[in-house]
Amino acid sequence: MSATAKPYGILARFDTAADIFEAALRVRDAGYRKWDVYTPFPIHGMDEAMGLRTSKVGYFTFCGGLTGFSFGMWMIWFMNKFDYGLVVGGKPLFTPLFAFPVSYELTILLSAFATLGGMLFVNRLPKLYNPLFRSETFKRASNDRFFICIEAADPKFAEARTLLEAAGASAIELVED
Amino acid sequence: MANAASMPHAGIPAQHAPEPNAVPPQIVVADPPKGLERQPLVLNGRSLGSLTDSIAGICEGRMPIWWWPAFIISAGVMTMMATLIAYLISTGVGVWGLNNPADWAWDITNFVFWIGIGHAGTLISAVLFLLRQKWRTSINRAAEAMTLFAVACAGIFPVVHTGRVWFALTPGYLIPAPNANYIWPQFRSPLLWDVFAVSTYGTVSLLFWYIGLIPDLATLRDRAKNKVRGFFYGLFALGWTGSNRHWSNYEKAYMIFAGLSTPLVLSVHSIVSFDFAVSNVPGWHTTIFPPYFVAGAIFSGFGMVLTLMVPMRTLFKLEDIITTRHVELMCKVILATGSMVGYAYGMEFFIAWYGGSPYELYAFKNRAFGPYWWAYWSMITCNVISPHFFWFKWCRTNMVFVFFASIVVNIGMWFERFVIIVTSLHRDYLPASWGYFTPTWVDVFTFVGSFGLFMTLFLLFIRFLPAIAISEVKGVTPQADPHHPLGGAKGGHH
Repeated sequence: MSATAKPYGILARFDTAADIFEAALRVRDAGYRKWDVYTPFPIHGMDEAMGLRTSKVGYFTFCGGLTGFSFGMWMIWFMNKFDYGLVVGGKPLFTPLFAFPVSYELTILLSAFATLGGMLFVNRLPKLYNPLFRSETFKRASNDRFFICIEAADPKFAEARTLLEAAGASAIELVED
Repeated sequence: MANAASMPHAGIPAQHAPEPNAVPPQIVVADPPKGLERQPLVLNGRSLGSLTDSIAGICEGRMPIWWWPAFIISAGVMTMMATLIAYLISTGVGVWGLNNPADWAWDITNFVFWIGIGHAGTLISAVLFLLRQKWRTSINRAAEAMTLFAVACAGIFPVVHTGRVWFALTPGYLIPAPNANYIWPQFRSPLLWDVFAVSTYGTVSLLFWYIGLIPDLATLRDRAKNKVRGFFYGLFALGWTGSNRHWSNYEKAYMIFAGLSTPLVLSVHSIVSFDFAVSNVPGWHTTIFPPYFVAGAIFSGFGMVLTLMVPMRTLFKLEDIITTRHVELMCKVILATGSMVGYAYGMEFFIAWYGGSPYELYAFKNRAFGPYWWAYWSMITCNVISPHFFWFKWCRTNMVFVFFASIVVNIGMWFERFVIIVTSLHRDYLPASWGYFTPTWVDVFTFVGSFGLFMTLFLLFIRFLPAIAISEVKGVTPQADPHHPLGGAKGGHH
């Protein structure tokens, strides 16, 4: 790491769930925009504490489900009635009734793919490189410590260190980009 | 998720703006009323770090000595199945004992048996999640893995029972594409619904399992001691950081997955039961089948979860995480679903008499008192009588008893499928074509071999992946709750 490297952000470590919760409230109230909380498990109430809006993943699921259901119905109609109608057991060539089980399964199948894909898309994952991975202490974010990172791109970055110290961080370091 | 329902909350003072420099008020957590105390979900107040160490440590260190013989035996048994399937395919389905009139026998019995076992994993991961049953966190990962491996075992039998397997796998028969005569598969058949139900179930279970694994793979990546492990865990962790902006979307996606898997798991065994119920064979043509199959599936699945978890918690010293309370709760699910299954057996008989169809009535009399009486009464003993031991606390808390009872449950559920399939088929409308099915040695050892496949996959899972959902277990500890003293709360505003 050279001294001239551009900082990515300031990383503060906290030791308990309550500490990080209080600190998130302070960072939010101080008006920061480009910052994030890193925890080994989701903390109850943290979305409100950070001022996040409701996740948009549900829209992806809905679109996937709608596609799955209409595709199922269309496929069965096309195959068994339109393209090559073949009477079996005197049953009608197409009704939504016998087409339902398969369309239902396809609804769930495509919803599931859309949910996973949508979650990864809104989270901008996979992202195998992240400046935070340079920090040795950050490895504990997936274990037993809690972190706040305020990015250098935030207009109020200059006051970030003072704020995080006042919020009770147990360690603070600068992460380079 | 982090809000631990089992933790007492009362007594945290609701102060909003504390005076500067004021002494933080003492937090007093009132004890719950007598008789309502619950055993915590993680015993001995384990710290977050120690939870990571004991769960991730299993797949990081060397495997204990018993793992190797277990793995070698399982892999050997699996190889035996592969050999027998090669024999079956190269010779023909005649190597099995099934023939007219019992054209379905052990093949479809084994299929329904394995698919049913899978249902407990989805029930634990999806239904108990929606019901906010926090005890699921200790067992859901391994139960979901069990689901995947059971579906893999189940998938083999319907494919190989077709005889000329290459036709089953070419598009146009099971896969919707026109066959050589430009004819499409016909969707009026429940057998085709089954193809879609089972393949959707396998796929969605895999995605659900993977989404749950992402944070734990990140944990393993961050703890990796060598480059190879770091690379592979890192690759599959997709760059997960534990960012709360990510958790927010992740939790939403996880909840949606639970919401999707719940109707899915109920539909899968319903559709499996349609394979029988939509036909007009006496003994199969009953409307009670869908709910009765689902209850039976959950019953057998929890049996298999206990068969795997009870030894696992002891062998890997996970008693603090998979506690006696977890085992007891699973035994109660077995008791409840076992009672439903028992009720369904009774109701089937009642309807056979009340429905007034002489064929139906004959099919049921023949089931209980005909040539397969021994299978029927084995089923009744294992499924109707054995779960009722779980009314007694001693039976639910004695691990040796629970282990053997869980095996009895699965023996019973295998017999249930055998009884339904074979006794209904072996005597149809025309007495001249009645017969008696006897399995051949190939039937028996192919079924035994499927356990080899199942156990091989499960042992590899324990070896390479965290068998307990690390981040979820942490989420139900008091340390995870920012408003609990163990989570560091000092009163003050929130």
